[in-house]
Amino acid sequence: MQPTRLFTALSALMFSLPSHAAEVSVAVAANFTAPMNAIAAEFARDTGHVAKPAFGATGKFYAQIRNGAPFQMLLSADDETPAKLAQEGLADPASRFTYAIGTLVLWSAKPGVVDAKAEVLKKGQFNKLALANPKLAPYGKAAVEVLTGMGLLDSITPKFVLGENIAQTWQFASTGNAELGFVALSQVMKDGKIGSGSAWIVPSKLHTPIRQDAVILASGKGNPAAEALVKYLKSDKAKAIIRGYGYEI
Amino acid sequence: MGFSDADLTAIWLTLRLAGVTTLLLLLIGTPIAWWLARTSSKWKGPIGAVVALPLVLPPTVIGFYLLVTMGPNGAVGQITQSLGLGVLPFTFAGLVVASVFYSLPFVVQPLQNAFEAISDRPLEAAATLRASPLDTFFSVVLPLARPGYLTASVLGFAHTVGEFGVVLMIGGNIEGETRVISVQIYDHVEAMEYGQAHWLAAGMLVFAFVVLLALYTLNPSGKRK
Repeated sequence: MQPTRLFTALSALMFSLPSHAAEVSVAVAANFTAPMNAIAAEFARDTGHVAKPAFGATGKFYAQIRNGAPFQMLLSADDETPAKLAQEGLADPASRFTYAIGTLVLWSAKPGVVDAKAEVLKKGQFNKLALANPKLAPYGKAAVEVLTGMGLLDSITPKFVLGENIAQTWQFASTGNAELGFVALSQVMKDGKIGSGSAWIVPSKLHTPIRQDAVILASGKGNPAAEALVKYLKSDKAKAIIRGYGYEI
Repeated sequence: MGFSDADLTAIWLTLRLAGVTTLLLLLIGTPIAWWLARTSSKWKGPIGAVVALPLVLPPTVIGFYLLVTMGPNGAVGQITQSLGLGVLPFTFAGLVVASVFYSLPFVVQPLQNAFEAISDRPLEAAATLRASPLDTFFSVVLPLARPGYLTASVLGFAHTVGEFGVVLMIGGNIEGETRVISVQIYDHVEAMEYGQAHWLAAGMLVFAFVVLLALYTLNPSGKRK
């Protein structure tokens, strides 16, 4: 192959998107993994734009964004991080909005372990309770608020195992290594109901609402795909998908 | 600033973990290394390869398999539960098991090299003097392999101190039990406590340098005697 033709072939591979479509790389909170994958597929079909999600802990994304990570949008697990980024000039304040309100659930991979009144927590007959690190993750913070409100924090703290984010927390509980776990409803929801095991959906009045905000980052300003994704997340179609995974909105 | 109480707990825990792991590895590693150094069995290749696996496998692979096999539904988990030991993830004992796997080649390989460098002569001499194999090992092999033991201990200890990915996957971040220095640094960085992170991170850097410097100064390799 001649060098020029090789070059053409390579550039075709590298820039194979149709000219009208744009791409946006999105940092997405781990708890929103399943709905985001569903939304990204619909988004590409409906608008022709491509959203490339990266999933992880919001705290880690914050540190990475401050240090120049190439994300153009953030779907945070909380409302503080986007506000902080906007304040620091790293995000567009006008683009900030709540895309989902998270639901916390006490879950066990085994059926019949978690009852409807969370008596299992009071009885303390379990080996470990997995929760996301409350220092780093909003779902972990909410779990601590729930336990504090129930007056159980001190007695249960010795049984804590902390996940680095909500995805790892779910992994600890789903492998059975921790009999109980405070996870996101979205992680254990399948076709609109609890997929397996047993669960107590924590009443939202027991903790501060887990408002999950999205924001367009400084490097994504003017990117048509980022703007389209914001609009898409606010559409009824996306909201229906989001509710289907156990969030409120 | 300086170290917080949680930092000190993490440091003490890490030293304990590395100490216990190194001792166990010297006990387990010696027969393996001796066999690998002396055998002409066709199993030498496969066993040597298994020992060296942690050198190339990402810690996530080791962590993932340990989490699954040591969990309540895994093979190892079933055994430990039937022995009344519970399950190993999220415990200090679990971290020791994981570290033994993870640091195995760092202990076995220096020992194997040291054993291979011992010629048959002193062993034959000991045999003619009617020394038992065990006696030969302690009075002939051990003194001759001393530099190998020094290298193996230092590398095994230092490598365990530097362990992160495996602990993150099976540790569960419990203070005084599984939250080692590397995880504590990670938490500080995640929480944007860069000042605290710097103290521990710089401490680790100095520790690693001093350890390796001591090793290379005390035990110059390749120098003719």
